[in-house]
Amino acid sequence: MARDLTPLFEPRGVVVTGVSSHPGKFGFVTLHNLLSCGYQGEVFAVGRPDPEGTAATILSRPVLTSVDALPEGAAELLVVCTPVSANEQIIRTAAGRGIRAVFVAAGGYSEAGEEGAKAEARLVALADELGLVLAGPNGQGITSPPVDLCAQIVAPFPPRGRIGVASQSGNFVSAFQNYATQTGIGISRSVSAGNAAATSIADYLEWFADDPETNVGLCYLEGLTDGRDFFERVRAITPRMPVVVVKGGATSGGQRAAASHTGSLASDDRVFDGMARQAGMVRAMTIEAAFEAAATLATQPLPGGSSVVVLTTAGGWGVVAADAITAHRDLTLTTLPDDLLTAADAMLPPRWSRNNPVDLAGGETRETIPELLDMVAGHPGVDSVVQLGLGIQGNTAALTRNGPFHPDHGLERIVDFHERQERRYAEAAADASTTHDKPVLVASELAVTQPGNPMVAAVRSTDRLCYPSADRAVAALGHLVRYAAWRRARA
Amino acid sequence: MSTLSEADSRTLVAAAGVTVSRWATADDADNAAVAAEEMGFPVVVKLCGDAIAHKSERGLVRLSLTSADDVRGAATELLGAATESDGDVELLVSTMVSGDRELIAGLVRDPQFGPCVMLGVGGVLAEAVADVAFRLAPLERLDAHELIDDLGAQTLLGPFRGQPAVDRDVLADTLCALGDLASDPTIASIDLNPLIVFEGQPMAVDALVERT
Repeated sequence: MARDLTPLFEPRGVVVTGVSSHPGKFGFVTLHNLLSCGYQGEVFAVGRPDPEGTAATILSRPVLTSVDALPEGAAELLVVCTPVSANEQIIRTAAGRGIRAVFVAAGGYSEAGEEGAKAEARLVALADELGLVLAGPNGQGITSPPVDLCAQIVAPFPPRGRIGVASQSGNFVSAFQNYATQTGIGISRSVSAGNAAATSIADYLEWFADDPETNVGLCYLEGLTDGRDFFERVRAITPRMPVVVVKGGATSGGQRAAASHTGSLASDDRVFDGMARQAGMVRAMTIEAAFEAAATLATQPLPGGSSVVVLTTAGGWGVVAADAITAHRDLTLTTLPDDLLTAADAMLPPRWSRNNPVDLAGGETRETIPELLDMVAGHPGVDSVVQLGLGIQGNTAALTRNGPFHPDHGLERIVDFHERQERRYAEAAADASTTHDKPVLVASELAVTQPGNPMVAAVRSTDRLCYPSADRAVAALGHLVRYAAWRRARA
Repeated sequence: MSTLSEADSRTLVAAAGVTVSRWATADDADNAAVAAEEMGFPVVVKLCGDAIAHKSERGLVRLSLTSADDVRGAATELLGAATESDGDVELLVSTMVSGDRELIAGLVRDPQFGPCVMLGVGGVLAEAVADVAFRLAPLERLDAHELIDDLGAQTLLGPFRGQPAVDRDVLADTLCALGDLASDPTIASIDLNPLIVFEGQPMAVDALVERT
């Protein structure tokens, strides 16, 4: 039974402590973010309006001088930005006013030495005694886009989506939020677990797995106090919710028995890797790859097998993608089935590659790409499709549109045509994926270099990720295929 | 920590389901020769005892013996090489298993994750190649098969130099057996090094169990 974290992520009312008139302080920033992102619950500020105590409001909010003054039952979440020495009394009082969850943003706890560790232990005991959810301490906060909740000391506030983030590093919460903002593949909940004194990454993942807003867990781990417990708990989650993990920091493995050869080969990373695979976790080696894996799991159907067909409008992209697929142990660059080859012959100009990658060699007409996408994705021998080489017409359109001759000389019409076609391609990719319930990934460097390209913008509007390169699409697809196989084998 | 003799290690892992090469113990050179004749030549003779963990380094292994006389000669030398600190010793005679492919498998207790089963590519280059993978014990059969799939050198596990593919079911049995042994808290670690693949069958030709 997962711990109920609802008061943390969907609180009825939020209180921030440590609010002062200094706009650079955590209390002020948290209050600002809560008031600025659309949260509909009541927000209370507790602190000192200014050193002289003359102004009674901050950001046009009345400032309570003590949590005693909170209306009974008006708020469920307490965000603590006050110093260590004040917090136990504040939390005890707040619990008496109806607070059910506490996020301690304040530092000075176990990360700060022995005294801090003692204070942290008292905090945990207090939360236990009062039956409170305790998150942090020493964390950046939480976001919960479904209820427009931005209770964190940093930006950005990510768009709403299906990825639940729990991280032992606040900076990587921000990094995932930045990628979400960039790509439009949004976040359901995020939490910077801080010292994770009472609520661990596994606790968050378990709650995410039961959360109707969350389809994918994404976590960053630095250290595990009980690795075995983490393994058992995550293994119980992954059959229903994929979990992407990035692990940072190698720990010492030197204490292993010297007489054992097995021991000398058992580096922490290898054991962690085996553990992650056994638990069905998707392990990514970089933050960027982890986000793209999570975004893929959140937006693409699970493939039924490993066979991949690459579609490309021109040669080089396809060759590089084919290399990446061939080198990937979980993917198969499938030979085109005979009936698909015959059907493609009837549709494509004679110079097409007649092989996988399906290279149109620039021979497409207005309908070719949408029809081909549907036909290939619909073939039972194809499990996934990677579409490359889109965006060329959109790029041409941009230069023309911004050049000195537009809209005369017939340019307006052709520009409109190019842009319309790009949108059609992107929509056709999403449609083929939805219709045939298979992953269809679109990759182009334009995702990064020209995010305004109509193809890139249209991929985004279909709630899919436009991958910045064929290699990154292949890597993300590899994670998807491996996870699907793990799950199938245990179904 | 203490180690078990190879004979005791073999008995323990074989009882759990690990495939080991055919073997017998003997207390003198004549009995070693009798045992060798019973199992057929060529054989290996080793000096065996609780205090002898690293036989090869001390030259206590005689390979490819093809006659009873050779066995008697080797056994006599090995018994003569025993030192006071070796304690009680005996001779271990086993079938000489030859194969081009060597694997290594074992059980280790990880400080974070507890007991783990390892499988790797063995042989003299094992540590340099470092093609190894782990699973947490105990293993379900599916875990064992996925552990085998994790090795980078999959071509080594397929048909190889005129030999059939490695029998993955037998290998999975061995891996599951190692995982099951983790429930014995007195076992600190196990090395099966090497597992030689003979006509597709992986079998342990040495075993070392370390007690907590």
